[in-house]
Amino acid sequence: MSADEKFDAVIIGAGPAGAACAYVLAKAGKSVLLVERGASAGSKNVTGGRLYTYALELVEPGLYQQAPLERKVVREQIMMLGQNSAVTMDYVDYSFGEGVPQSYSVLRAPFDEWFAGQAEEQGAMVAPGIVVDELIEADGKIVGIKAGDDEICATVVIAADGVNSLIAQKAGLRQDIAGHNVGVGAKEIIELPEKVIEDRFSLQAGEGAARVLIGCSGSVLGGGFLYTNKDSISLGVVLNPEDLARQHSKIHEILQTLKMHPAIYPLIKDGTTAEYGAHLVPEVGYHAMPKRLYRAGLVLVGDAAGLVVNSGTILRGIDLAIVSGVAAAQAILQQADESQIGPAYVQQLEQLSLMATMKLYANFHELMSNRRLISVYPAMANDLMKTLFAVDGGLPERMDKAMFKVLKKHVTIGQLIADGWKGFKAI
Amino acid sequence: MTVKKLSPEELLGLNKFVVDEEEPHIVLDKTVCARCQEKPCLYVCPAVLYTLKEGEMNFDYAGCLECGTCRVVCKDKGIIKWTYPRGTFGIAFRYG
Repeated sequence: MSADEKFDAVIIGAGPAGAACAYVLAKAGKSVLLVERGASAGSKNVTGGRLYTYALELVEPGLYQQAPLERKVVREQIMMLGQNSAVTMDYVDYSFGEGVPQSYSVLRAPFDEWFAGQAEEQGAMVAPGIVVDELIEADGKIVGIKAGDDEICATVVIAADGVNSLIAQKAGLRQDIAGHNVGVGAKEIIELPEKVIEDRFSLQAGEGAARVLIGCSGSVLGGGFLYTNKDSISLGVVLNPEDLARQHSKIHEILQTLKMHPAIYPLIKDGTTAEYGAHLVPEVGYHAMPKRLYRAGLVLVGDAAGLVVNSGTILRGIDLAIVSGVAAAQAILQQADESQIGPAYVQQLEQLSLMATMKLYANFHELMSNRRLISVYPAMANDLMKTLFAVDGGLPERMDKAMFKVLKKHVTIGQLIADGWKGFKAI
Repeated sequence: MTVKKLSPEELLGLNKFVVDEEEPHIVLDKTVCARCQEKPCLYVCPAVLYTLKEGEMNFDYAGCLECGTCRVVCKDKGIIKWTYPRGTFGIAFRYG
């Protein structure tokens, strides 16, 4: 790369946001450099996780059919764990996912590498193994990047460098991350034969299950997840780091305890852990997004822009990253006037319903920061089930009285009403 | 193989790392750490790389998963340098 070479766009980070942006720009004939710090795209990334494929359709219709996806999710499950018990809601709908919405479990190392490769096929130049140190600024405008001794100029720089966006901070678009705005995730990839996974989760070949776990972290704010991959299971927790420190709890210990829970262990037994990963997650959603997603010569996409939604049942990040990458690319393609790229990007985010989606779920994080939701209510749900199903041969209590007794054991009526009202207001 | 609780060392042993022997990407000022009351890094690091050895903060960057949680919780700024490892070094996830 010679110093006087200037790209139409330099994209920092070959995750889904960066690769989507590179794909669309390169396909339209723009000169694009996609810089990645890992030895290959995806080698620094971790997901829960799943991908909603409508987002890939925005990049290129039919593209998802070639993607290295794991299993099509047909079972949506919510599991509330008690000490020695669990209540699981299991939703299965065999017509679900015929069209959109479709979602697939995914592993990021193969997926990101494939996606960056697709961008490369469209003509983007992919440069792995390069850490961007600085942005180059001239007359208040970002005009390129510095990586070691290399200086590379670009009409626009796209920061797709993830939740720890050092680039966004250097550009003055983000402050230091506050501990309560992120979750720390830790997960194990546990290998099991395909057939064993299908039998344990009642799946046909190619089908998958996605499970949200509540009540698996003691009293630390956060939750867990379980996704079935082709021949492995992703099992992990995402916890509030400030709360972990306050309670002197260690995240790896919480995950190890979760593995041995009597309702989880049978799902993973005889499996072999193949990898241990960790990553930060932008947890808060809309309220923690940077006030401005761009400045002259620079736009933020994906996790760097805080684009994650957690509704309690649905967790979305990869799809929003892809949508924002497409939005940035379209803004660049539409605007001949460079100074208008930023505003055009925000307009694209609106048009693609991404901003409205972020706003819709804006208050969910506060709702889920309710400590009772992660410890008291799961325990209560388990106790209620015990009341419904336990038989000891004696005269059972009247059902209404028994249920009321369980309620009173866990919460006051005032708390129940307050939490219900807060929940209603938040949605 | 049966599923059991794994220690941090066992967990990290499963991963692929290319350790940059010449340049640590995270550096502490241990005198600042000594004054820090809460020491949140001891709890939040998923790799448990922050430990106390004879009362002194000890950190091993070799098994770092590059999540950045320590940087977020380090209020007293005992972490005086936090960067990503040089290109191609550090963790290389095979599954992610």
